[in-house]
Amino acid sequence: MHPRNVWQAMSRPGFLLSVWPWRSVGYLVTGAVAGVLALVGLVTLAAVGGALAIVLVGLPLLVVLALAGLPVAWVERRRLGLVDLDPAPDPHQAPAAEGLWAWLTIRLKEQATWRELAYTVLFAGLLWPLDALVITVALLFPVSMTATPLLMATIGQGRETKVLKQWTVTTWPTAFGVAVLGLLLLALGAYALGVAAGARAELTRLLIADRDGDLGARVVELSRSRVRLVDAFEAERRRIERDLHDGAQQRLVALTMTLGLARLDVPPGPLADQLAKAHDEAGKALAELRELIHGIHPKVLADYGLTAAIADAADRSVVPVDVDLSVPGRLEQAVEAAAYFVVCEALANVAKHSGAGRAEVRGGHSGRRLLLEVRDDGRGGADASAGSGLTGLADRVSVLDGKLSLSSPPGGPTLLRVEFPCELTEAADRSA
Amino acid sequence: MLLREGLIGLLGRCGHEVVAAVGDAEALVAAVEEDTPDIVVTDVRMPPGFQDEGLHAAVRLRETRPALPVLVLSQYVQRTYASELLDSGDGTGVGYLLKDRVGQVEEFVDALCEVADGGTVVDPEVVRQLLRRRRDPLERLTPREREVLALIAEGKSNGAIARELVVSEAAVGKHIGGILTKLDLPPADETHRRVLAVLAFLRA
Repeated sequence: MHPRNVWQAMSRPGFLLSVWPWRSVGYLVTGAVAGVLALVGLVTLAAVGGALAIVLVGLPLLVVLALAGLPVAWVERRRLGLVDLDPAPDPHQAPAAEGLWAWLTIRLKEQATWRELAYTVLFAGLLWPLDALVITVALLFPVSMTATPLLMATIGQGRETKVLKQWTVTTWPTAFGVAVLGLLLLALGAYALGVAAGARAELTRLLIADRDGDLGARVVELSRSRVRLVDAFEAERRRIERDLHDGAQQRLVALTMTLGLARLDVPPGPLADQLAKAHDEAGKALAELRELIHGIHPKVLADYGLTAAIADAADRSVVPVDVDLSVPGRLEQAVEAAAYFVVCEALANVAKHSGAGRAEVRGGHSGRRLLLEVRDDGRGGADASAGSGLTGLADRVSVLDGKLSLSSPPGGPTLLRVEFPCELTEAADRSA
Repeated sequence: MLLREGLIGLLGRCGHEVVAAVGDAEALVAAVEEDTPDIVVTDVRMPPGFQDEGLHAAVRLRETRPALPVLVLSQYVQRTYASELLDSGDGTGVGYLLKDRVGQVEEFVDALCEVADGGTVVDPEVVRQLLRRRRDPLERLTPREREVLALIAEGKSNGAIARELVVSEAAVGKHIGGILTKLDLPPADETHRRVLAVLAFLRA
C-alpha cells in the first residue's frame, strides 16, 4: 500500500528516494510564501480598517478582517494535500438561504470561522517563519555544503572558499570532505523536513479541518443500515408467516379433518370420547396458531393495504371503534406495517387501560405524508415511556423518519398521532 | 396439497363426487369451464403468488356465472374478503368459512350443501366481528333480533335457529319478520330476503 501521509512514508525504507521529501519541501516552501502573504494582508486590513473605523467606512473592512481566516484556511486545506492524502473536509455549513446576508450571518456564527481566524494569526505570526527556518537549516545549509568543491572551483578560483560564510576552506580534500558531510546532512535534513511538514500538517488539520466530517458520514451509514435492518426484519416476518401458513397450519387442518372423519366411524364409548378430546385440542391449537400468524404479519395488510387492515383491527377491538381513513392506494410496505402495528397497539391500550367507551381512528395520506390519529374518550393519563409497547413502536416509526406523539392529560381524552413522510406506490385500489 | 387430498377423501366419504381437483387459480377457472360443477370449493391463497388468487378466481367465476355456488376457505376470516365475495353476483350461493371448519365434518358438509342450494353461509368468526360493530341500520334491531340475524348469516335454517335459541319456530319467524321490516326489505321471495338481510348485516 502506498503511504497516505508523510509520517507513514518516513516509517518505510526508501523514503529518501521517494517523492515525499520533495512533497515536504513543497509544503514548507509554499507555507512560508503563503504565510508572508497572509501577514501582509492581515496587517494591511487591520491598519486600513482601524484607521478608517473613525469614519465608519472602516467597519466593513474590520468584518472582512474577521473573515480573513476563510480564504487562508481554504488555501491551507488544499496545501495539506501535499503531505497528507486523506481529505480535509470543509467545516463550514452551507447557508440555508441565498444571498450575501445569509452567508455572512451563518459564517459569523460558526465556531469554525473564528478558529480559522486564530489559525491565520498564528500562521502569519509564527508558523511561516518556522517553515522558512526549517527549509534554511535542513535544506539550504546542506545543499550549500555539498556545493563547496564547486564553489571553490568557480568563485574561489581553486584556492579557497567559505563554508556557510563562516569557515574558510583552502584545500581540495577538506572541500570534498565538507561536501560528503553536506550529503549526509542532506539525508538527515530530509527526515527533519518530513517531521516538520508532518507536524505542521497535523496542527493545520487539527485547527481548520472538519473533525466531525467522518462522524457525519458514519451517522448516515448507521441510519441506512438501520433502515436495511428494519426491511430485513419485515421480510423475515413475512417469510415466517408464510412458512407457518403453508406448513404447520395445513398439517393441523388435515389433522382435524382426519380426526373429524374418524369420529364419524367410532361408536360411542371411551374411544369416541378420547377422539373428541383430541379433535377439540387440535382445533384449539389451530385457533391459537391462527392468532399467532395474524400477529406476525396480517395477510389483509399485504393483500388490501392499510385501510382494510385497520378496519379489520377495529372489527376485532373490544371497544367499538369508528374508522375514518382515506388512503387512496398503497404505501411502502415498511410504512404500512409500522402504521398498522402502531394503530393495533394503540387500540389494545385503549381496551386495556383507558376505560373508554368509544375510540376513533382517523387520518389519511395527503401531501406526501401519512397522518393517523387514534383518539378515545377514556380517563387519560397514559404514559408512552412507562414500558408500553409504544416505546418499541416509536423506534420503528423513527427509523422511517416518522413521528409519534401522545397526548393524554389525566381525565382524558387520549390522542395518539403518528406521521410518516411517504409516497403512494400504487395510485388506485387494486381490482381483481 | 395436504388439504386438497383430505377434502377429496372427506367429500367422497359423504357421498359427493369430486369432478376436478386443481392446484392453482388458472386451472380452477379452466376446470369450471370444462365440467360445470354444482359447487366450487377454493382456498383464498393459491399458487403461484400465494396472495389472494383463489378469492379473485372465485369472484371472476361469479362474474361470468352468477349462479355458480362458491365456497371459499380461508386461513383467517376478514370482513374485507367476505364483502368482496358477497358483492359478487347477488349474494346467493356463496360461502366464506374459516379453514378450520373442515374439521367439523358434519357441519362443514351441511354448509357445503346449503351453499350448493343457493344459500349464504358466513363463518361465525366474521359474524362475531360484525356484531361488535353495532352500527346503523343494525342499531334498530333488538339484541334478540341481532342474534337471530347472526345465525341466519351462518347459514342456519329457522328450525336450527329455534333449537339453538331454545324458542319455538314461530318465535323465530316473528323475529325474522321484525328484522326484515327494520332493514327495509320489501316482501318478496323468502330465501332472497334472508340473503339480503345477511348482506345488509355484513355491509353495516
